[in-house]
Formats: sequence, structure tokens, C-alpha cells
Amino acid sequence: MRRFLLVPALLLLLLWPVAIAAKEAQPLADDPVLELRVMALAENLRCLVCQNETVAGSNSDLAADLRQQIREQMKAGKSDQEINTFMTDRYGDFVLFLPPVKMTTYLLWFGPFLLLAAGFVVQYVYLKRRRDRASEQPLSETEQKRVETLLRDG
Amino acid sequence: MTKFFFPLILFIVLAVFLAIGLTRDPRAVPSPLIDKPAPAFALPLLSDPGQRFDSKEMRGQVWLLNAWASWCSPCRAEHPLFVKLSRSGVVPIYGLNYKDEREKALKWLRDLGDPYVATVSDTDGRLAIDYGLYGVPETFVIDRNGVIRYKHTGPITEEALQDKILPLVKELQK
Repeated sequence: MRRFLLVPALLLLLLWPVAIAAKEAQPLADDPVLELRVMALAENLRCLVCQNETVAGSNSDLAADLRQQIREQMKAGKSDQEINTFMTDRYGDFVLFLPPVKMTTYLLWFGPFLLLAAGFVVQYVYLKRRRDRASEQPLSETEQKRVETLLRDG
Repeated sequence: MTKFFFPLILFIVLAVFLAIGLTRDPRAVPSPLIDKPAPAFALPLLSDPGQRFDSKEMRGQVWLLNAWASWCSPCRAEHPLFVKLSRSGVVPIYGLNYKDEREKALKWLRDLGDPYVATVSDTDGRLAIDYGLYGVPETFVIDRNGVIRYKHTGPITEEALQDKILPLVKELQK
């Protein structure tokens, strides 16, 4: 009997926070295909309020407003590119999770390859030096003695 | 010798970069709107929703646009500065009431004083998106030609007002 009570009690405890955190349903497009497109685009946009979340994933009011903007602009027939431009015109490149390749972002994009190349150079120099050192290895004391005896006796 | 020298140099370079990083505000987002025309708008007045305020009317004047909301506590903190500034009459301040309830916003102005020549209601936050707002309060300095010259994110402070905003306003009013 106690078991029967325990299960719903536990469930209630588990779901309590969910019930509290539940917010008003957020507007969605009627067309699920469009909604997928909205979410795909919003996935690549940074929510400016909680900066490490995407506009698609964030629960903030601003993110909901931005999703609504995207939805309306898509309904109006705007391309993804046009909507991205709309966002960067207002919030800067910062809003894009994938920054565009341009003068100011060259270091960002190509820096890792530069570091990789630098790593190869360092590695090459190091290995070459080690090989040179290895080939010049002076004779050990016992070897030296052997050489001397051989030379003397020979 | 070089064995110790190289890591030391590396450490100093890294330390300098990290030190510079510490002085910067990671939440500050550079606005692409600086030196661009301020987005035009014509929105209902908070005091009288039947009437609209058109931003075109501001051509030829330097003005401040301050986004605020009654639910925003930093706005409350900066508010006395705007009240003081409006009394000095140096520059007209216009309010952008962001996603607020009219009654609450009006009460807020009654209680704390109304420094704004006019306040427009941006109930659904659309204008805010045009201005690249990502929180309230934010304050814009707009010049005679309707170009945004400066943006202050977060509550303004006495220092920001004296060191940045007012000198810029004076410069633009020349």
C-alpha cells in the first residue's frame, strides 16, 4: 500500500520544478517545414542576452522576439542570407556563431593552421638537431680505451 | 640559458594578453549601428497612444534616446541622472518604453519624475530589435543628421555622462 503512495509522491517531486519552470507556450509557425527552417537558422545565431546560447535554444524574451522576426521574414519570402544580414546589421558579426571570413577575422580562421605550421617547424628543427647530435656522439670512456689499445697494439 | 628564456618570454606574452583581456567587458558587444543612420520610427506616445511620435521630427537636433522599462531595476538606478540632465536643458531626452505595460510605465514616471520630452511605447520590442537592443537600459546619442554617434549599454553613470555623453553632445551641437 505504501508503495502505491510512494511512486506518485516521487513523481510529483520530480515533476514539480518542471511545472514551476513551465512558461507560456511560445509562438510557432503553423507550417512545420517553415518552423524547421526558422530553427535551423536560429541555431546559428547567438542570443545576446545569454551569450553562449543560440537564439533557437534560449528561453529569453529577446530570443523569442528574434525567432518571431525570423519567422515573419521567412513568411515574407526572405532568404536565409537576407535574414542573417538583417541580424548582423543590428547586432554585428557577434550574433553569428560562424564568423564571416574577412580581414579582421583572418587570424581567427587561419591562426590555428599557422600554429600547426609553426609546430611542424619547431618539430623539424628539434628532430634535426637531435639527429646531428646523435651522429656526433663522442666515444665513451671504455670505447676510447679500446681504440687506444687497438692503435697501440696494431 | 635559452632553455629558460623561451618559456619566460612565452609566459610574459601570455600574461600580457590575459591582463588586457581582464580589463575588457566580455558582455560588451560593439554596435554596428555607430555612425549609421538611426532607424526611423513612428510609434504611439506613452502618454497618449492616439498620437504618434515620428523620429523625423528630430532632424536638426542633437538628442538622446533612452530605452527603459518599469520592470528594469538598473533603469531605476540611472533615472535620477536623466531627471537632473533634463532640468539642465542641455539636450532633449526621448524615452523608448520597452516591452512594458502602459499603466506601470506611467506610474513609474509619476513616482520617479519624467525627464523625457516624449516617450514612445515599443510594446512588442520591434523597434528595439532595429536599434540592436539586447537589454535595457541603453542610451543612444543621435546627431542633427539623424546619425547614431554613441551608444551606452547598461545604466549610465555620472562618469559616463560627464566624460563621454555630455562632451560629445556639446561637440555635436556646435
